[in-house]
Amino acid sequence: MNTRDESRRDSGFILTVDFGSTFTKVVAISTEKPEILGTAKSPTTISTDIREGLDAAVKELFAQTGKLTFTHKLAASSAYGGLKMVAVGLVPSLTAKAATLAACSAGAKVVKTFSYELTASEQDEIHGIQPDLVLLSGGTDGGNKEVILHNANKLAETESDFAVIIAGNKSAAEEARNILTRSGKHAVICGNVMPVFNTLDTLPARDAINTLFLEKIIEAKGLAQAAREMTMPIIPTPLAVFECMQLLSEDMGDILAVDVGGATTDVYSMCNGKPTLPGVTQKGLPEPFAKRTVEGDLGMRHSQETLIEKITSFQIETELPDIEGYRTACRSDYAYIPPFGSPHALIDQALAGIAMDMATARHAGYLETAYTPFGESFYQLGKDLTAVKYVIGIGGPIIYGNDPTGILKNAASPTRGNVLKPVSPQFLWDKKYIISAMGLLARADKKAALQILESEL
Amino acid sequence: MNGKTVVMGVIGADVHAIGIKILSHAFTEAGFNVVNLGVMVSQEEYIEAAIETNADAIIVSSLYGHGEMDCRGLREKCEEAGLKDIPMYVGGNLVVGKRNFDEVEKIFLEMGFNRAYPPGTAPEKGIADISKDLGVEQP
Repeated sequence: MNTRDESRRDSGFILTVDFGSTFTKVVAISTEKPEILGTAKSPTTISTDIREGLDAAVKELFAQTGKLTFTHKLAASSAYGGLKMVAVGLVPSLTAKAATLAACSAGAKVVKTFSYELTASEQDEIHGIQPDLVLLSGGTDGGNKEVILHNANKLAETESDFAVIIAGNKSAAEEARNILTRSGKHAVICGNVMPVFNTLDTLPARDAINTLFLEKIIEAKGLAQAAREMTMPIIPTPLAVFECMQLLSEDMGDILAVDVGGATTDVYSMCNGKPTLPGVTQKGLPEPFAKRTVEGDLGMRHSQETLIEKITSFQIETELPDIEGYRTACRSDYAYIPPFGSPHALIDQALAGIAMDMATARHAGYLETAYTPFGESFYQLGKDLTAVKYVIGIGGPIIYGNDPTGILKNAASPTRGNVLKPVSPQFLWDKKYIISAMGLLARADKKAALQILESEL
Repeated sequence: MNGKTVVMGVIGADVHAIGIKILSHAFTEAGFNVVNLGVMVSQEEYIEAAIETNADAIIVSSLYGHGEMDCRGLREKCEEAGLKDIPMYVGGNLVVGKRNFDEVEKIFLEMGFNRAYPPGTAPEKGIADISKDLGVEQP
């Protein structure tokens, strides 16, 4: 009798784990109400066994909630630099872009995209990036074969231990795989990212990336033991965020979310992005409803120079005097969090605003003017985000900063211009750092995840 | 299917959508793999589509009288992009004003097009010519 009661009471507890590069974050959720019972974090232990950090975090969690037995343990990981990828395609605006979109939607950190025939120096560059996976595309089905085969050869010659996913012209895919496997590279074939001209099909590549993430990355990076303790496969953290945003958009309509991180700034848009003004013609690749872009040069720590360069000398003279001290502090500790309200916190705030502005401007579509015999006409490239209702902020600099709304405002553009950013959205932010946890929870209990998000955002 | 891919579209700021739909249907019926870029197509779009799809020919349509301006430089750009000697065809209301078509044809052939067609040409005429040029059986 007792045992049965116990098990019934336990049936609604779920643990989510986020193995970050700095911290391992855990969340305990009760799905009955549903509610968050507690959250805790502990430094990620990559040099020893990643389970040590997890155990420490769970111990801290139980100190708040009491001991719990979980029916589901779900984990995401961005430890060890996340899922590092390189995308290779033929024409920059076509298959190279399609491959980048596919990799981003799988939760990868796409370090660089290459197009046309790879050169020797680009080969060196790929070697230097040390990607986990390379997504090789090029040519529509039955289209160009030469370039994808040339690039398969170049990748085969590159002395790096990466796996290759071939998502290009089906007529050349098998030959490309043979070239790669002969050189000892692990290579798999999946559906073409652009099987027919101007038609995107990113799902097969996304699935292949997730399978390889499990087979290769989790095993190779010391996550295998921890993975066995989970009840579902570990996924890349950005994929958990991506799925959380997809879920939210089912409820809230069109949304834009920005994750300002230490290494990259990631932007997610969930909307069809079709032109909102009459007389505008959409051009270029069709845009996916759920879209993620990764800006590798707009990170708050690892790539902060791009952002610092944008600070005006006027700002330095007036409100942000100690840039040098800030730089030094960040360099000596990438996990540096300036004390609340300190001069360095003001610099953080300014940089996060710049990252927000630039990353959303790159993600958003834009209008180009064409002068025709009948007057002015407009082409739209990318997504029109002007009607987006909500902008959601994710990431330490926003959540722990002095002024989240001040940073988030940079995602909008109240005076409608050529860059199609949201015009008058409402701003929300991930106050309790639960977005990736809710993305994970949704895999086990979609309804509970949505209810918790509604009350927490 | 005859195994040949043709890229087609209406060049420049021209928005005439019906003709290109008819052409696209006619060429598909005749066995071509048609990549129809629609209206308001820039020179770069023809070239990029031709590269990815390994196209055998580019077909340019223009109805609003500015074809001469829109088409200039397309052959040179194709050469630059590695589409060496790709057959190019053009047709429609290519110029404004009352000009003799022989004169118009000369302008477009000099621009690097393989053939140019006057207004009112039936799709069958183009299909026959292009089939012959590409060495495929006429339907």
